[in-house]
Amino acid sequence: MCTYLTETLAADGSGKGRDGWFRLSQVSVYYDHPVHASPEHTLNIDFLDPARGPSARVAVELAAPTARRLAEAILQTLDGAAAEGIEVPR
Amino acid sequence: MIDPHHHAVLSSDDGIVAGTVEIDGAGGDRLEAYLARPVRPDARGGVVVIHHLPGYDAATKEITRRFAVLGFDALCPNLYSREAPGADPDDAAAAVRARGGVPDDRLVGDVAGAAEHLRDLPSSNGRVGVIGYCSGGRHAFLAACSLQLDAAVDCYGAYVVETPAPESPLRAQPLLGLADQLSCPLLGLFGADDQHPDPAAVEQLVQALRAADKPVETVVYDGAGHAFFATDRPSYRPHAAVDGWQRISSFFGEHLGRAVS
Repeated sequence: MCTYLTETLAADGSGKGRDGWFRLSQVSVYYDHPVHASPEHTLNIDFLDPARGPSARVAVELAAPTARRLAEAILQTLDGAAAEGIEVPR
Repeated sequence: MIDPHHHAVLSSDDGIVAGTVEIDGAGGDRLEAYLARPVRPDARGGVVVIHHLPGYDAATKEITRRFAVLGFDALCPNLYSREAPGADPDDAAAAVRARGGVPDDRLVGDVAGAAEHLRDLPSSNGRVGVIGYCSGGRHAFLAACSLQLDAAVDCYGAYVVETPAPESPLRAQPLLGLADQLSCPLLGLFGADDQHPDPAAVEQLVQALRAADKPVETVVYDGAGHAFFATDRPSYRPHAAVDGWQRISSFFGEHLGRAVS
């Protein structure tokens, strides 16, 4: 955990954590040493509700190529849905 | 060894007793801490183990137990006790990371409390050292420049010399200006391939301490980067970690004194 580079954004959605589903209020994205994954650095995403405490957290640690493909897939999916006439708010 | 008939631990053994205790930290706050002590009865020094940014985790507790096997009382305070009582170490670390790390003044108070706890143990010879890894390496240097200690080990602590990037949420500021306040000998162990700190930063640290006439010994291991002591990570480098542990054991043995019988 030594790059300390972090993007933090407000979130609207839900995540499933240790104690079940909870509403998300924040997402943190950072590239740093993982706790569990194998690469030396990973793209880490924490889906959070800080008001519920540190344990209200859904965490993923992704190898960089996986993270890039995920980012592309998210945008492709949203754009594809919009192209079919489904309402996709920005 | 354990006597098979009486289940008594023999005094010549390297047996230890370890578990969770509560200590007083900065501002009198009660902190969770992990204490490991040799079974051997003779007086010995104490080691405050400062965990890395990933937190008060299983790997750090293992390090703490190892110091007890080496003959020292060892105590690792959970620096995230306040933000995340009872949380998993990785959840606690994520919360503290998002807040920019542990405030420096609070860290000094927490280490002071841990040192006091060690000195109050009946087995204490009155001497206490500190060691930290990663962000804890910086904390070890900070503590040794802020408190009266007997030995300090900085394992690849970043931002002792350098300043975090402007976009970093980390609030840490460089500590080189404190060099002339270092209260004890310092051993620094670093990797040549590390970027935080890089070898140039290590050299700056050495020069600053020598200019202040402070006892400092550093090793920069070729073929090693950051976190080469971490046995559960791909950054582990056996040649550096094995030599590093031997140096740490000798250094604390000389300056703190260990239980040997």
